[in-house]
Amino acid sequence: MKRYLLLFLSVSLLILSCTETNPSGPNPDDFDRKAILENWADNIIIPALTDFAEKTESLKTAGNNFAEDPNQQALETLRDEWKAGYLALQHVSMFETPKTMEVRFRNNLNIYPVDTTEVKENIEQGDYNLNLPSKIDQQGFPALDYLLYGLADNDAEILSFYNSAENSSDYRNYVLDLVTRIDSLTDIVLNTWNSGYRDDFVTNSGNGANSSIDMMVNDFIFYYEKNLRAGKIGIPAGVFSGTPLPQNVEGVYSSEFSKELFLESLTATQNFFKGKHFNSETTGLSLSDYLDFLNTIKNGTDLTQLINQQFEESRSKAQNLNSSLTDQVETDNSLMLQTYDELQKNVILLKVDMLQALNINVDYVDADGD
Amino acid sequence: MSTASFSTYLNSYSKAAPLAVFRVFFGVLMLISIVRFALNGWIQKLYIEPDFFFSYYGFEWVQPPGEWTYLVFAVCGLSAIFISLGFKYRLAIITFFLSFTFIELMDKTTYLNHYYFISILSFLMIFLPANTYFSVDATRNPKLKAEFIPVWTIDVIKLLLCIVYFYAGLAKLNSDWLFQAMPLKIWLPAKYSIPLLGDLLQQSWIHFAFAWGGALYDLSIPFLLLIKRTRTFAFVLVVIFHILTRILFPIGMFPYIMIISALVFFDSGLHTRILDRISTLFKIDLNAFNNSERYSFENSITKKFSLSIVGAFFIFQLAFPFRNLLYPGELFWTEEGYRFSWRVMLIEKAGYANFKVVDPETQKRFYVDNTKFLTRFQEKQMSTQPDFILEYAHHLEQHYQNEGIENPEIYVESFVALNGRRSSPYVDPEVDLTTVKRNLKPKKWILPFNDEIKGL
Repeated sequence: MKRYLLLFLSVSLLILSCTETNPSGPNPDDFDRKAILENWADNIIIPALTDFAEKTESLKTAGNNFAEDPNQQALETLRDEWKAGYLALQHVSMFETPKTMEVRFRNNLNIYPVDTTEVKENIEQGDYNLNLPSKIDQQGFPALDYLLYGLADNDAEILSFYNSAENSSDYRNYVLDLVTRIDSLTDIVLNTWNSGYRDDFVTNSGNGANSSIDMMVNDFIFYYEKNLRAGKIGIPAGVFSGTPLPQNVEGVYSSEFSKELFLESLTATQNFFKGKHFNSETTGLSLSDYLDFLNTIKNGTDLTQLINQQFEESRSKAQNLNSSLTDQVETDNSLMLQTYDELQKNVILLKVDMLQALNINVDYVDADGD
Repeated sequence: MSTASFSTYLNSYSKAAPLAVFRVFFGVLMLISIVRFALNGWIQKLYIEPDFFFSYYGFEWVQPPGEWTYLVFAVCGLSAIFISLGFKYRLAIITFFLSFTFIELMDKTTYLNHYYFISILSFLMIFLPANTYFSVDATRNPKLKAEFIPVWTIDVIKLLLCIVYFYAGLAKLNSDWLFQAMPLKIWLPAKYSIPLLGDLLQQSWIHFAFAWGGALYDLSIPFLLLIKRTRTFAFVLVVIFHILTRILFPIGMFPYIMIISALVFFDSGLHTRILDRISTLFKIDLNAFNNSERYSFENSITKKFSLSIVGAFFIFQLAFPFRNLLYPGELFWTEEGYRFSWRVMLIEKAGYANFKVVDPETQKRFYVDNTKFLTRFQEKQMSTQPDFILEYAHHLEQHYQNEGIENPEIYVESFVALNGRRSSPYVDPEVDLTTVKRNLKPKKWILPFNDEIKGL
């Protein structure tokens, strides 16, 4: 037995001495993955949610004022708050927690296209329950988009729905219900972060499918692929249907903000990747740093640079889009398709190259390997 | 070995205890595996929820029978109990082999080398007299009871284990594994939160030590287990190695199966002691089986039949893993001839496959949302393996034909990253996959691998 031990030791020593002379040698600094989670929680997610919660609070107030006295001025204020909230939403939409899943946060706030027939039916019948999963396409920002911009061709006619129509009080109530629900859902989500979830999130810094990093990265990529790439550009451009669907643009009734919403979302995803603090020029630890660290182990391609570059390519392609993506789809869809192609390239870098480098599996595949 | 000494070998006998112990533990471990599989909810998740299943070439007729899949698993688990008890052994092991293999054939998404190992091991066990000793069968049928069985019926299990280890070792002799420590360099740093080991796993020299140590282990362990003087040491290595893999990788029951299987290399003394313990525990009279009888096959035809099947089985096992030599291109890239050949832990692949459907009549074109057809697990497996990609393309063809596109063309834009290399295009995006037939010929529509991996 002793002889084997000796043999084993000498072999390990041999291997040790071989690698010691290797110029690309080991990196002695261990990377602090927990610091990524802290940066995400404290400098990105919670500040962005706090900001969004302030906006939804203002939206609620504006909605209240509008419901009390639906005049042109109140309508415009409400529209402004709606837009500010919608833009702020782009910075929080990608972050899933058990709570956001439970209350279907993203779906209740931003499923589009809105089902206008159902919205009208809800208003006319009055006995709707917005908590039901079947109601996700009849509320949130898209439903407000319709109610504030899409009811008629001009503001006077739109206002008449809230003033003179026979069920005008039902219309006012519906707007009120929508803004109240947006605000209360947001408060629920922010509160979970502020009352304990933040620490759970940060301490769950291990590896494996249920660790914070793995789950957040999966949610991030899911958001980028489904909500940003497909939802905002691909689906309206007809990438998945063969025929363009201009009605499926985000914010289709106000129309002129759709490009802005998309660009905001693109910026938010890149900021997250870079670890850029919310509303600040400071950057902290994030996926880009983690990739850089792992790259020192394997001397591969500089993925961080490639991914950031591709974010920039997408942005510069999108600069040429009409501020109304609906108009863009209807006039020159090829530019939409080109933007989609640029977005698509980053799906590959994020989902294939980055996930492989981080050794994170695409979503939780709960099965054995060999 | 001359013919004479070979036939002497075939007629030499040894104690039946090692095979009996192997049978008992095999049954128990299989039962645990089946129960664990069910408790994890995997029957539902892997075989009932998906709408579509990937078939092995030639086995398209094996499809999960819906809710009846539970019954297949129940039958499989039940037969494992029977095997362990040695009750209606022959029927039980045949049932187990068929049901287990049926389960594996239902969807190749779940392919694992160790499931294949279980399948072929249970096939081999059909032809072995594992129920002549310490079994219900032997108690009920005194004619069957035998304290001694032909040596070869134990040696074949050792041989199969040796093939698994040695071939796995040979497969590790490639430049990615030995000189880049890939894919360990990807896998190990991600295990940063394992106590004690976590920090160490970030070190490059550890990756190389694991790579070389792993290859050395696989190549030498068969011999260390076979040689009496090194056997105990080898078994200690087996335990350490498999426990370590259990800690580092999600490999389920496999480490335990290999550890227990390695016991078969020991002399019958150990096995008799094990059976003694079990007998005391369950109040079984072990001595009742010690009748000094030698097992003889029912007649010379069954003996010849068993021997020729087992012989053919091993010729196949020795040759089949080398079938990749019939294919051009890089094996790790095309995976043609990769499965069923003990290539374990060699590649880390990530992929992305975006399918484009074109209606040639209207020139309408659109992309497919894979999540509408496949589970995440299936999509992951599909996106890096060409036979999956083709089968899925054909499934899409049929789907869109039913949707009213008479003659859809299906193209795929796919990217694969292999062992830490940057992703590169995988399947020729200009090839209409509906025009490609499923067969075992080299797949010319896979784009070439623009790097080289040297080795076996």
